[in-house]
Amino acid sequence: MLKKLPIAEMIALAVFMAIPFFMKDNYFLHLLILFLMWVVIGSSWNIFAGYTGQVSFGHAAFFGAGAYAAGLLAHHFGYSAWWGMALGGPAAVLIGLPFGIICFPLRGAYFTLASLALNLILMHVATIAENFTGGMQGIMIMPAFVSKIPYYYIALAMVVAILAVINLVVRSKFGYYFVSIREDQDAAESLGINSTLYKNISLGISVFFTGMAGSLYMNYMGFIDPSVVFSLSDYSIMAILVAIVGGVGTVYGPTVGAFIMVAVNEFFRSGFFGLLGFIGKRTGSPLVSKALDFVTHAHVLVFGILVIVVILYLPKGVVGDWEKIKRKVLRVRPTE
Amino acid sequence: MAIFFQTIVAGLLKGGLYALIGIGMTLIMGVMGIINLAHGQMMMLAMYITFILNQVGLDPYLSLFVAMPSLFIIGVLIQKYFLNPLIKVETILPQNMVLMTVGIGMAMTEIVRFVFKSDYKYVKTSYSSSTFFLGGISFNVPLVIAFFIAVLFTIIMFWFLNRTDLGRSIRATAQDKDAATLMGVNTGRITVITMGLGAALVAAAGTLLAPVYYIFPDIGSPFTTKAFIITILGGLGSTVGAIFGGVTLGMAESLGATYLGMQYEDIVGLVIFIMVLLFLPGGFKRLTKV
Repeated sequence: MLKKLPIAEMIALAVFMAIPFFMKDNYFLHLLILFLMWVVIGSSWNIFAGYTGQVSFGHAAFFGAGAYAAGLLAHHFGYSAWWGMALGGPAAVLIGLPFGIICFPLRGAYFTLASLALNLILMHVATIAENFTGGMQGIMIMPAFVSKIPYYYIALAMVVAILAVINLVVRSKFGYYFVSIREDQDAAESLGINSTLYKNISLGISVFFTGMAGSLYMNYMGFIDPSVVFSLSDYSIMAILVAIVGGVGTVYGPTVGAFIMVAVNEFFRSGFFGLLGFIGKRTGSPLVSKALDFVTHAHVLVFGILVIVVILYLPKGVVGDWEKIKRKVLRVRPTE
Repeated sequence: MAIFFQTIVAGLLKGGLYALIGIGMTLIMGVMGIINLAHGQMMMLAMYITFILNQVGLDPYLSLFVAMPSLFIIGVLIQKYFLNPLIKVETILPQNMVLMTVGIGMAMTEIVRFVFKSDYKYVKTSYSSSTFFLGGISFNVPLVIAFFIAVLFTIIMFWFLNRTDLGRSIRATAQDKDAATLMGVNTGRITVITMGLGAALVAAAGTLLAPVYYIFPDIGSPFTTKAFIITILGGLGSTVGAIFGGVTLGMAESLGATYLGMQYEDIVGLVIFIMVLLFLPGGFKRLTKV
């Protein structure tokens, strides 16, 4: 089926497999796990929005559903939250598919708003149903591993799975159906494509992996509450950012986007990787500590500005507009 | 029974302000065809303007005359330099304008957070908590004043949209942009003015709410949610619909808060929103044809 072996991908995978052997630093591994988690979420948002054209502002709903599936299983039945890893995806699909069946007659902006509403509704429900979900107090479990390496490999496996699925889907007839729905739904339907069915398939794939990422988050962090996992700005919007910064409708766009977003986030949160704190300690200047305070809280502002800049100047994202970046920024002449 | 009437009155008063928020949103939606997800954040800016002026000693109702023009200018700048250039940008996702408003909203919230920190601020007035009674039902004075000013603005908007040249151009652009262009309407300018008007209207709502609400940077996003719920309830681009939508949402929220419990206040609006999307797509506009 594959025309040629995916050499570059295999080398990248080998590098990522090898990282924990020579990189034992927990902080660095934590960042890598976050990066891999965002690759999963961004890619799954991308398959639904970038390929099928259904912009969802509510992917946190599915992320949270996965996280709560794992958390509730541990909380109520005492099963290890690892079983939730198997349950997280199906639980998200269980919420996603009825939502899809009900809301797919809506188009464009209306669908976007409906997904936003779904997100908010689930957040309120998780807050109100205190007896079942623990309400605002959230759910706390003991993480199964102290070391971060198992989480790293699980996250890596999920990334491999979703990238493989996307590669397969995009090259199969499903991918073409998805793109045709994105480009012109009426034309696609007139050619006999059942748009509701294929949108649901796309949604199903998308929310399955988002739910898995959610249950991984539950296992890894050991604590969730409604305002964390159903957060609009931290997950729904962030998923969109990851995809659009990297490149909507490209296979590896969200991967690049996830790398950029996690790096930018950490760059600012840590005060330019601890540089400002270091200078502040050395010089003892109050100005630097003020700047540090400013910078550590600046990451959301930077995200906002990043959205504005990317949409204005790189509408196809870093991957989609790579040629443009090469030409304009790196001054490379296009090879004819 | 007194509780019921009290709830209705509270809902109605809140609904008047919601209508003001909704009219701005529905204008923008009708003319540009986009959801402005920075709407609540614009309101938040207006609240902070009111707060600053109040520190100087200006009455909140007088600061309407400052907050509305400033937000008008901000709206114009946003439309001119951030949203209109996007029309020419080629992209896969048609919703990139909506994403842009999200980015603008985030930037606004965070800039305000830098300047004022996340603390709760409040506008001090002598009448903030004063009430009067009418037949056993209490009326909060600032809310009543806000309600009547909101009604006044709504009437002015009606007159403006139906009787003036500019208003007619806005409605023409909302109905059919290409046809309006062919008739000699400068639609680019109309979009800019509409955004400014929408921002000014929501600024009025923010200033009117300032005496009764706490002010903090994150107050924007719940109101953005309310704004799009109202707009969908009323029907896109329909001013009458926005008023109905606003009052309905206000009523539903206060009924929900009284009879189901405070924590259900927000969820009621969202459930109504989904119901309307499914069973009455097009909102109240479909029923009234206005």
